[in-house]
Amino acid sequence: MSADNQLTRRQRDDLRAIAAMIIPASDEYKVPGADDPAIQADMLATLGRDTKLVAAALDHLARLARGPLAELDAARRDAVVHEFRKNGGVAAATLVRVVLQCYYRNDRVLSSLGLELRAPFPKGHVLPEGDWSLLDPVKARGGSLRRPP
Amino acid sequence: MKDPVDVLIIGAGASGAAVAWSLAETKMHILCLEQGGWMNPAEYPSTGRDWEAKFYGEWSSSPNVRGRPEDYPINDDNSPIKVVNYNAVGGSTVMYTAHWPRLHPSDFKVKTLDGVADDWPIDYEALTPFFEENDRMMGTSGLSGDPLSPLTHPPMPQQPMGLSGAIISKAMNKLGWHWWPSDTTVATMDYEGRARCINLGHCTPACAQGAKSSTDITYWPHAIRAGVELRTHCRVREITTDENGMASGVVYYDKDGIEQFQPAHVVVIACNGVGTPRLLLNSASGRFPNGLANSSGLVGKNLMFHPYAQIYGYVKEPTDSNRAPPTCLWSKQWYDTDLSRGFVRGYGVQFVRGAGPVFEAVVSEQKGILPWGEDHHRVFRKLNGHRLGFSAICEDLPEEHNRVTLDPVLKDSHGIPAPKVDYTISENSRKMMEHALARGREFLETAGASDICVNSPIPWGGWHLLGTARMGTDPERSVVNEWGRAHDVKNLFIVDGSIFVTSGGVNPTSTIQALALYIADQMKQRLANLFD
Repeated sequence: MSADNQLTRRQRDDLRAIAAMIIPASDEYKVPGADDPAIQADMLATLGRDTKLVAAALDHLARLARGPLAELDAARRDAVVHEFRKNGGVAAATLVRVVLQCYYRNDRVLSSLGLELRAPFPKGHVLPEGDWSLLDPVKARGGSLRRPP
Repeated sequence: MKDPVDVLIIGAGASGAAVAWSLAETKMHILCLEQGGWMNPAEYPSTGRDWEAKFYGEWSSSPNVRGRPEDYPINDDNSPIKVVNYNAVGGSTVMYTAHWPRLHPSDFKVKTLDGVADDWPIDYEALTPFFEENDRMMGTSGLSGDPLSPLTHPPMPQQPMGLSGAIISKAMNKLGWHWWPSDTTVATMDYEGRARCINLGHCTPACAQGAKSSTDITYWPHAIRAGVELRTHCRVREITTDENGMASGVVYYDKDGIEQFQPAHVVVIACNGVGTPRLLLNSASGRFPNGLANSSGLVGKNLMFHPYAQIYGYVKEPTDSNRAPPTCLWSKQWYDTDLSRGFVRGYGVQFVRGAGPVFEAVVSEQKGILPWGEDHHRVFRKLNGHRLGFSAICEDLPEEHNRVTLDPVLKDSHGIPAPKVDYTISENSRKMMEHALARGREFLETAGASDICVNSPIPWGGWHLLGTARMGTDPERSVVNEWGRAHDVKNLFIVDGSIFVTSGGVNPTSTIQALALYIADQMKQRLANLFD
């Protein structure tokens, strides 16, 4: 079930629960949490080559939690996640990266950061040319290349 | 049986493209075999909203992560620095930062100057015209007149300073340290059919605009128009030799996976510091039992990576983030030997403008400075778009135990033994890296940065693959002679980074290509008696 770009219901529930622990929604910043349905759907749709490692991470999480993560009390959940982050290895790191990469390309999140909702190409960006008179002290100091005899 | 070609070049990257273009004027039949294919800029990451996520998969700089059919696996488990490269027409120039310093004149004579390693058999002056020619062909931008760098004449002006460059330059001025706009191969104006840079973001994973110079859009169109034949998706397994010990051709797998033999009068290897020794070692035969051109025993040895000591932090002002090419300024303040620092040789510095939001989030979470939970949003807004970096490119001295061999188990998709890398960072390099980190910390603190983080070495920083088939005049201490011809096989040439004797403290591609053009020129001058 976990090898063909799909997660089990249990794995999806735990993914949603841990995503909300990594990035909860915020009224202050007016952003959704990483458990937002659209962001979760993006994760599931684009897992691709990360599917196996994410599934392994979620299976590891399930073993630590001995039950659905969302049903644990806060103290127990924190303890499980602490252990998961400490010893989860590459699989845990992959899961966290998947959560972050999908969160930080979501339209509402990027808008809240003041970023444009577009690919870099073809518009690109404009850079200030800057003040090249800042080079004057470097030119004044000069210097010379070390030369072989 | 295919007809023999006059010159067969293996690899269509930085050096293979340059040598093909240069030799084309001879009107010989020149064929290049490349294991990758032509790239399609419409598919480059910056054309999509998911551009950053691609760096962790199909556009990873590591062939082991990327795993494209064109890639071959590399066992680098026994190295703190992992190999990164790209396999396509254009090679790793498709996926480099386009930073364009040259080796310094002093880099060619380190034994004479500092009593370490070996002198090159050629000097900087021998390469000067080829540096110039290469800069025109690749199309460089920069500002002539850096007092601490070799004199260059970039045909295009330097990149804009941007927000990050202003912060960097003010801090360096406060400290009284050298800095200068980097020479790069990013076109800052329309140049030879290439559109100018529009700041798509980080240049490393290919440029959809075509402003970053890669040899698929610079040398190759010229070389093909001049008659060079380029066959893609052809992976060379071995170079064959005849009864006289001369190279007779290559065995390769074509795009359909069918084994082919291509005879050739001259073979030129352009596979860089890991691919070249792998090929030579895979070409062992009864006459050459330890690998082709390996009577010295040095094929694969003396691998030099350039350990990168990187330190970065976060300033209050906004930086350029991902809205600019990553490199804009360099420093040569600590390039030359000063024994009071506790090490020999030195390092160049390339400053880093910033990072995109996904990269920032992923890396900062891993570093432990971006928390989970409620405080995540506040901290992320403090970090994102405020990063400033200082990366020291430390000169790696040649050591025979740092080497490329053949892995006894690992093979590529054609069953060809894969390379294995064994590498340790020397004590001299470690001292150099510590020195660089201390200077970088001073710089960041002067710039007002906080949350300072270190990557030393940058683990996925094995961009520069040098030294594994070194050049020299002594056949017992080198693999090729002073004009790139194998001591043992008189119609076999090597033109890539593997022939470096020492590494300098700068990105090597400019020097690799100048060397390739120099060797091509030497070949052209000696066509009548090339095998004498």
